Amino acid sequence: MNRLAPSRATRLVIGILVGAFFVIPMLSTFLYTLRDGDGFSLVHWAALADPEKASAYAPIWVGLGNSLVLAVVTVAIVLFLLAPTMILVHLRFPRLRPGFEFLVLLPISIPAIVLVVGLAPIYREIGRMLGTGAWTLAFAYGITVLPFAYRAIQASIDAVDIRTLSEAARSLGAGWGAVVVRVIAPNLRPGLLAASLISVAVVLGEFTIASLLNRQVFQTALVVVKNTDGYAAAVFTLLALAFAFVLLIVIGLAGRIRVGKAES
Amino acid sequence: MTSPIPVRPLPRTSENSLLADAGSGTRVEFRGIVKDYGATRVLHGLDLDIAPGEFVSLLGPSGCGKTTALRVLAGLEQATDGVVMLGGTDVSAVPTNKRDIGMVFQSYSLFPHLRVIDNTAFGLLRRKVAKPEAVRRSHDALALVGLDHLADRFPHQLSGGQQQRVALARALVTEPRVLLLDEPLSALDAKVRVQLRDEIRRIQLRLGITTVFVTHDQEEALAVSDRIAVMNAGRIEQIGTPEELYLHPATPGVAAFVGLSSLVSGVAEGSSVRVWGEVLPLAGDAMTGDVEVFVRPENVRLVAADGVEATVLESTFLGSFRRTLVRTADGTHVRVQHPASERVEFDDRVRIAIDPEPVSVRPTA
Repeated sequence: MNRLAPSRATRLVIGILVGAFFVIPMLSTFLYTLRDGDGFSLVHWAALADPEKASAYAPIWVGLGNSLVLAVVTVAIVLFLLAPTMILVHLRFPRLRPGFEFLVLLPISIPAIVLVVGLAPIYREIGRMLGTGAWTLAFAYGITVLPFAYRAIQASIDAVDIRTLSEAARSLGAGWGAVVVRVIAPNLRPGLLAASLISVAVVLGEFTIASLLNRQVFQTALVVVKNTDGYAAAVFTLLALAFAFVLLIVIGLAGRIRVGKAES
Repeated sequence: MTSPIPVRPLPRTSENSLLADAGSGTRVEFRGIVKDYGATRVLHGLDLDIAPGEFVSLLGPSGCGKTTALRVLAGLEQATDGVVMLGGTDVSAVPTNKRDIGMVFQSYSLFPHLRVIDNTAFGLLRRKVAKPEAVRRSHDALALVGLDHLADRFPHQLSGGQQQRVALARALVTEPRVLLLDEPLSALDAKVRVQLRDEIRRIQLRLGITTVFVTHDQEEALAVSDRIAVMNAGRIEQIGTPEELYLHPATPGVAAFVGLSSLVSGVAEGSSVRVWGEVLPLAGDAMTGDVEVFVRPENVRLVAADGVEATVLESTFLGSFRRTLVRTADGTHVRVQHPASERVEFDDRVRIAIDPEPVSVRPTA
């Protein structure tokens, strides 16, 4: 017996407390969405498909569309800018790594509200050059997801000897393009997948920047709708939570699947 | 990336396409290779000429520059100065992927996400060989290392020795101009190491491919090489056949590193040296004064009378012979190789004598 391990009863109590901490707010929200006068019914859930209410919920669908575009652009920034940079730093400029790591982890320690103060004038310029489309928010989100995406990808880089693998590929006649696409990327797949999913979760959860920069995304739309229909907002909140939950499970599974597929 | 490496057309004289290439080797030349890492110079003007089809080992302690030399030849490191020639052409500015080399690494380097057959086909596909042709030639290469039956496995399903065999097949399948081996055996256990070592040599002789083998294991180098370049501190101390290095080491460093030696004090007298009352010819340059003499265990024998008195410290049975460590009256430790029938035990008093073979010496520090 491990003497340091808590007893069975202690473990049970901790489990229940932590579980309650997560479950009670969600359960309350769920019960709230079922309220119908003094009784319970599914009327608020059914309202989502009600054409009469469509105009009231329109901001949410627009916001959701914007958010999904944002998610795609942010993931592209992670996969095509951050990941190649990390590979380059690892293989060619290992001495830059401490500085690079510091820089990339920095956003986690800067509150979004502070970030916005700096971003506002930059976005005035971006608005002039690229328009005020919601997708331009991806530049800001590309920064806020850096710490999370970096950790996920770095874990994969540390697990595979990509230096030897890329040297072997080079000696076999592969140019740098083939090295990255055919050798490094497949072996970093779990990290790249996790980084992408975490980025999506961050994009769908961030409120401060989107709100203060006046961009309509899922989260801001939720607040708008809440002012007119609190029940609908609660329903969408639950759906968003469920989506994030599924994402986390997918990340967990992706990490466990063994890398292994024939090149053909 | 636009001009693929040419794949030389081969006469199909045997069933195994790889073997049809036997006899075509490429000359490899290092000309005054200097390599600096910051302020540290790791290669001091390396000159080495390797004949077509020759198996040359770079032997030396870790940090002697042997791996750096190999990596410069592979194009994985850029030389600070000097020229690398492959087949008479200066390839110093040619990137690794265009040098047409095959390389086996110390650490396992198979692509973990690809099956064995896809690993071996990788180099061929990069050279724009059609897929069916690439697969057929990959099977040939795997057959050469005796692993064709594992073609559908993934690397993590193979033992270390099998992985290095596949790595060898992968390096050879493109019929490269030169085969580079960077301590490919050091991660393997002793028995597999000897097997694979002999197999590499057998395959190398059959294919006739110029091979550069980096190792810190002198036994490995002695067993497989046509010639060995013994390196120390970024320079080649001596280059020669295994026999030359073993019997006529040019420097004390080579004598100490190649084969087993005991250090015995003696007095040099020009072209000979006096040890234990015997006069032995000097292998290197003439010198005088107090010296330390490198004495091979097989040149020392147990004698019944005369000789030097010594006490047995340990004696190891090695099959056909015994190797016994003794200590003389002045505290010198000497290894003696003698017939297994001459049994000695710890603390036995024995007498030893030295054969009049040429020896190398270094001045007493």
